[in-house]
Amino acid sequence: MAARFAVLRDAKRTALIPFVTAGDPLPAASVGLLHALVDAGADLIELGMPFSDPMADGPVIQHADERALRQHVGIAAILGWVREFRQDDRATPIVLMGYLNPLEIYGRARFAAEAAAAGVDGVLVVDCPLEEDATLAPLRAAGLARILLVAPTTSAARLARAAAAAEGYLYYVSFAGITGAAQLSAADVAPHVAALHRIAKVPVAVGFGIKGAAGATAVAAFADAVVIGSALVTALAGAVDAAAACRRARAFLRPIRLALDQR
Amino acid sequence: MTAAPRIPAPADYQALPDAQGRFGPYGGTYVAETLIAPLEALTAAYTRLRDDPAFQQEFADDLKYYVGRPSPIYHAKRLSAKIGGAQILIKREDLNHTGAHKINNTIGQALVARAMGKTRIIAETGAGQHGVATATVCARFGLRCVVYMGAVDIERQKINVYRMKLLGAEVVPVTSGSRTLKDALNEALRDWVTNVADTFYIIGTVAGPHPYPMMVRDFNAVVGREARAQMLERFGRLPDVLTACVGGGSNALGLFHAFLNDRDVRIVGAEAAGEGIATGHHAASLSAGRPGVLHGNRTYVLCDDNGQITETHSISAGLDYPGVGPEHAFLKDTGRAEYVGITDAEALAAFHLLCETEGILPALESSHAVAEAIKLARGMSRDKLVLCNLSGRGDKDVHTIAQREHIEL
Repeated sequence: MAARFAVLRDAKRTALIPFVTAGDPLPAASVGLLHALVDAGADLIELGMPFSDPMADGPVIQHADERALRQHVGIAAILGWVREFRQDDRATPIVLMGYLNPLEIYGRARFAAEAAAAGVDGVLVVDCPLEEDATLAPLRAAGLARILLVAPTTSAARLARAAAAAEGYLYYVSFAGITGAAQLSAADVAPHVAALHRIAKVPVAVGFGIKGAAGATAVAAFADAVVIGSALVTALAGAVDAAAACRRARAFLRPIRLALDQR
Repeated sequence: MTAAPRIPAPADYQALPDAQGRFGPYGGTYVAETLIAPLEALTAAYTRLRDDPAFQQEFADDLKYYVGRPSPIYHAKRLSAKIGGAQILIKREDLNHTGAHKINNTIGQALVARAMGKTRIIAETGAGQHGVATATVCARFGLRCVVYMGAVDIERQKINVYRMKLLGAEVVPVTSGSRTLKDALNEALRDWVTNVADTFYIIGTVAGPHPYPMMVRDFNAVVGREARAQMLERFGRLPDVLTACVGGGSNALGLFHAFLNDRDVRIVGAEAAGEGIATGHHAASLSAGRPGVLHGNRTYVLCDDNGQITETHSISAGLDYPGVGPEHAFLKDTGRAEYVGITDAEALAAFHLLCETEGILPALESSHAVAEAIKLARGMSRDKLVLCNLSGRGDKDVHTIAQREHIEL
């Protein structure tokens, strides 16, 4: 992941990080969808592991999780998709994003070993803040980057701790709320990200509230990476087959990539 | 039914949780980063108020003059005689204002909210009891009140929905997930993270992230403190066994906490075994669940082999929750308390028996505790004392019971 960000920095290219829920809209589309996202300009992919009670997510991601769970999407299947993706793409970092309970039941050490072997680069566990960092020790030990969230409400002391502990990139949540809720205000976010840049050793990604090209380019003025989740998940919902899902993914992401590159 | 203790007993049970909100391996703060700042602010405020005599005096006054405390311990002589074993004593939380123990906690948290300058209150509710208790204190303190309630529960508990509206609360139906209590809790957490500047979240049980399990327990612990003093005064000794029903576990911890260091007092929690543990249709997190993480804390949860939280079943909506307070998880693993399952049918039988022998109509939740008290008493001699927490009155449940017994009202 560090190598990928170094290349992007040298090319002065803002990283584009799409988020999709694994297995949504169709489990059969999963691997093809990841390749389609890379085709359309993704530099890194966040792959959501569905959970029955995603308390930090808004209705869009929750419904995607519910659809995936109705298709019995679980950790073993997700790691299988990453393994398959890795056969054709060794370069694009994959970050798994999810909640703690499925990892607990799967077994943290087992998950860490299998995820690393499958080619996962990092893990963002939404409900595991710095306070509970020891919980994820097996993941770090297996070489999986510990992606941390920071928010507008995060105190200066905690920002310093997060900056010191973060691996991969720091994910700045643009407003205190849930995923997919509002449109972010770039002017409000910029000074926070600037402050983070002064103390962080890793790149800063901004997410929550970026709906399309305009929001992405506004954020690209000060962030190393932009994350787009709910808007993409909405665009994919209802695709009838894998080809349609891939078409929708390309149609959604390409204009954003172009706008970022022309900035 | 209780597994062998896996955690060594602490020297002082009442010294927990630690500063991180941990009860041994359980509890903690498993939330998204956006909730950390409001939880830190709440912890700081509550830590200050906990040692503030003026705050504690106001809380005590409200419990006395508004709630009607202390609630008596009633000796259920006819029930005891009918069972023919130990004497069954009943702590009458059903006599509180609003008809259950829930008001102890909502008054306490509303006072904290006021001290923190919050003007809007949110809450989750399952059966509606916590929602009603929250709407009640909001009316009294002049605070705006929004209650999240699963769409399924709204249908099951129309009377309580109307009661909340009469008290001035807005009831928001939750249509995600299983549309029950756990989903209402998710939705309330989402509201809180979005509106934290003016909003205080009154959680209704001893679960959630730190400091909620500690704070809710503290506000309900008046039940056990009273009961312990009443036992010594009237019977000259402590009871041999305590029992209470356990969903999230707030009434149970309220009773148990004052007795935790009285190691000779046996403690038994009654979980909802629904149609029977073996059927899978139950809500017995401690008896049939496994350690995991839900709603901000590490505790026993009911989930499938993929870690997805499973839907629960109980005749009593107030016990219908797939997690349980982390302190109960700790008490189970240390062996200090035992947890057993009571089925819907056993709870119903106990409901009728208490109605008919004592003229007391218990809530379906509390009927689980009564059923366990009867089971315990049966195996004990007549000079022994079983203290049962009657956490609420059953008026709210008469429709459910009539429907189940095919009686047209």
